[in-house]
Amino acid sequence: MIGLLAHTPDDLAAGNFSHSVSWSAIAPALILMLGGILLLVIVSVFRGKLSSGFFTAWTVIVAGGAIAAAIPLWHDVQEDGARSEMAGSVGLDGFSLFVTGVICISVIFAALFLDGYLRREKLEGPEWYVLLLLSAAGGVTMASANDLLVLFVGLEILSIAVYILAAMHSRRVTSQEAGLKYFVLGAFSSAFLLYGIAFVYGGTGTTNLVSINIFLADNVITQNGLLLAGLALLLVGFGFKIAAVPFHLWTPDVYQGAPTPVVTYMAGGVKVAAFAGMIRVFVVTFGPTYVNEWRPMVYALAVLSLVVGALMAIVQTNVKRMLAFSSISHAGFILLGVLASSDQGTAAALFYLLVYTFMVAGSFGVATLIGRTGDGRQNLGDYRGLGRSRPGLALTFTVFLLAQAGVPLTGGFMAKLYVIGAIVESGMTVLALIAMLSAVISAFLYLRIVVSMYFEASTDSADSEEPAELSGPPVRIPKLAGLALGLALVAVLALGIVPGPATRVAGDATAELVPEVEVPQ
Amino acid sequence: MRVEMFVFVVSGAICVAGALGVVLFRNPVHNALSLVATLFGVAVLFVAQGAYFLAAIQVIVYAGAIVVLFLFVIMLLGVDQDDDVRFEPIPGIRIAAVIVGISLLGMSLIALLSSPDVVTGAPSALAPLDPATPDVNRIGAALFTDYIYAFEITAVLLTIAVVGAVMLSRQSPEVPLDTEEFPDGTMASELAIRREETSVADSVDTDGPEPADAEIAADAAGSE
Repeated sequence: MIGLLAHTPDDLAAGNFSHSVSWSAIAPALILMLGGILLLVIVSVFRGKLSSGFFTAWTVIVAGGAIAAAIPLWHDVQEDGARSEMAGSVGLDGFSLFVTGVICISVIFAALFLDGYLRREKLEGPEWYVLLLLSAAGGVTMASANDLLVLFVGLEILSIAVYILAAMHSRRVTSQEAGLKYFVLGAFSSAFLLYGIAFVYGGTGTTNLVSINIFLADNVITQNGLLLAGLALLLVGFGFKIAAVPFHLWTPDVYQGAPTPVVTYMAGGVKVAAFAGMIRVFVVTFGPTYVNEWRPMVYALAVLSLVVGALMAIVQTNVKRMLAFSSISHAGFILLGVLASSDQGTAAALFYLLVYTFMVAGSFGVATLIGRTGDGRQNLGDYRGLGRSRPGLALTFTVFLLAQAGVPLTGGFMAKLYVIGAIVESGMTVLALIAMLSAVISAFLYLRIVVSMYFEASTDSADSEEPAELSGPPVRIPKLAGLALGLALVAVLALGIVPGPATRVAGDATAELVPEVEVPQ
Repeated sequence: MRVEMFVFVVSGAICVAGALGVVLFRNPVHNALSLVATLFGVAVLFVAQGAYFLAAIQVIVYAGAIVVLFLFVIMLLGVDQDDDVRFEPIPGIRIAAVIVGISLLGMSLIALLSSPDVVTGAPSALAPLDPATPDVNRIGAALFTDYIYAFEITAVLLTIAVVGAVMLSRQSPEVPLDTEEFPDGTMASELAIRREETSVADSVDTDGPEPADAEIAADAAGSE
C-alpha cells in the first residue's frame, strides 16, 4: 500500500486487490451522514407539514445514535485491540471513538440552542440541522482517519459546512461577513494543509499514516528537507483550525458575527475534531521519530496562544469576542497536552477537550439568550444587571466562567491540572509556569464579566444608588435551551467533583496505528 | 540535454508565466486566461510522466469547465477593472506579502534541493509502467481499493456544497436586523429604512459612469 500506483499489473490481472468493507467500523460516521441526508429527504417529502421541533428531535436522536453505535465498538476495541478498516484508511481505536462521542455531544448542544434561536430570529430551515449533522460526520471521519487523504476530505466536510452555517443568518449582514471571512481564510489554510500532505507524500512515498509510521521507523531519511517542510505546512493548516496564535486572526471576527448557537459547535466540535487530527498526525504518526523536529514549532504556538489569548481578551468589550480570545487561550492549554507527546499527554488533552466542550457550549449558550432578537446585544454593558433580573441564568453563567478560569471543584480545574501535569512530566517546567501565569491573567477577564452581571451599578450617575437593571427587552429562556444549560452545568460540576470515571475513559482512549489485517480471499 | 528535461523546463516555464499573469494582470478576464496557460502547462507535465488520463482530465475539467465558470462569474457580476488593487487596508501589507511569498519559495526550493533526487524530468513511478495496463485502469483500481473511503465520502462534500449554495442564494423575506454601520442590531426597523437609502447612494458612488447609473445619480442629486 505504498504509493499511488502500488498495484502491479499482476495484482490487477489476478483480481487480487479487494479489501473487505467493514460497515460497523464506520457506523458512527455513517449514522451522522445518513441522518443528515435522510432529514433533507423527509423535509422535501413532507414540505411545510413538519414543526421545527421535529428537526431538533431528529438531530438529537441521530447524534445520540452515533454515540450509541460507538459504545459497542469501544468495548470491542478495549477487548480485542485497535484495528484498521476500509483498506487501512480508517483507524478504529479508543481515541477516535472518544472524540466521536465528544463531537456528538457538541452537536446535541448546538441543536438544543438552535431550536429556540431559529424561532426567535424568525428563520426557517431544517438546513441548519442537516449541515450540523454532515459537518459532524466530517469531524468523526477526520478523528478516525488513518490516511492523510481521508483526513483532508473529512476536514473539508467539517469546515465547508461550518462556513455555510456561519453565514446562514440571512437577516444579519455581520453573519454573512463572518461567513465570507471564515471561508476565504479557511480555504487558504486548507491549501497549506494540502501542500503539506503533498510534501509528506513526496518525503515518505505514502499518504497512509500506518505506512508512514512504519516507513520512518525502518528508514532514516538522510535528507529530510521535504518531510520537514511538509510538517511545517501541516502545522499551519491545523493551527488555523484550532485557532492557535499566529493563525487566530479570524477567530474573534467570526465568533462575533456568526449565529451564536453555531459558535457553540464551531468552538466545540470543530476544534475537537481539528485537535484529534493534529494528535493523530503529529503525536501518533510523527511522534516516535520526529518529535524533536516538530516540538519547537508547537512550543512556540502554545506559548503565543496562551499569552496573546489571555492578554487580548482583557481589552475586549464585546463578550463574544472575549470568549473567542479565551477559546484561543484554551487552545494553548490543549496544545500542552499535544506537546507532551505521550499517552499521558493525549489523555490529558482528551479530558480537556471533553470539559471544554461543555464549558464552551454553556458559555455561548448563555450568550445566545442574552443576545436577544438580532443576536447583537453582546457588549459587556448588556450583561449589566443580569444578576438581578435573571439570577438563575447569571449564576449558571458564573459557574461556566469560573470553570473556564480553572477554579477548583469545576471540570476546568481538573482539565488544566492534567495538562500541566503531563507537560511537567515531559520536563517542560518553564512552559507549565507560563501556562499558570496565563490562567491567572484570564481569570481577570472572567471575573470582569461576573462583576458586570452582579455588582456594576447603572451608568447614569443619578441612579447609581439604584440596583442595576437589565436594559432592552426581557431575556427569555426557551425550554430546550434551559435543558441544555442545565445539562452543561451538571457536566461541568460533575467532571470537577468526580473526575475519576471520565479520566479513566480518556486514559483508555489511546490512539494506535495498526496495519490492516489482510483477509484471505 | 535530454528531451524529458527540455519538455519539463518549457512546460514549467509556461506554468510559472501563467501563474504570474494571474497575479499581475489588471483585467480579470486576462487573469482567468492566464490560469488556462498554467493548467495547460501542468497537463503537458502529466503527459511527460505518462499519465495521459490525468492530462486529459486536467484540460477538460480545469481548463475547460472551471475556468469557463470563472469567466461566467466575472462577466455576469461585472468585476471592476482595478477594484481592490489600490486599497491597502494595512500599510505595508504588500511588502510583507512579497517577503512571505519569497521566503515560502525559498523554503520550497531548499526542501526540493535537499531531497536526494535532483529534478530531471524523467518519469517517476513506483510500479513498472506496463503498456498492457492503461493508466485509467490503474487509477480506477487505486480509487476503488486503497482510496475507496476517501472517494466515497467526497459525496458528502458535494451534498454540503449543493445545500449551501441553495441556502446562501435565498433571500430572507424578513426585515434585516442590522447594517454594516450598526452591527449590534439596535433600532432594526429604523435602520432598515436608512439602509435602503444608503444602498442607492452606494450604487451611485461605486459604479462607473455608465449611462443608466448616471441617470440615477442625476435623479438622486435632483431629489436632495
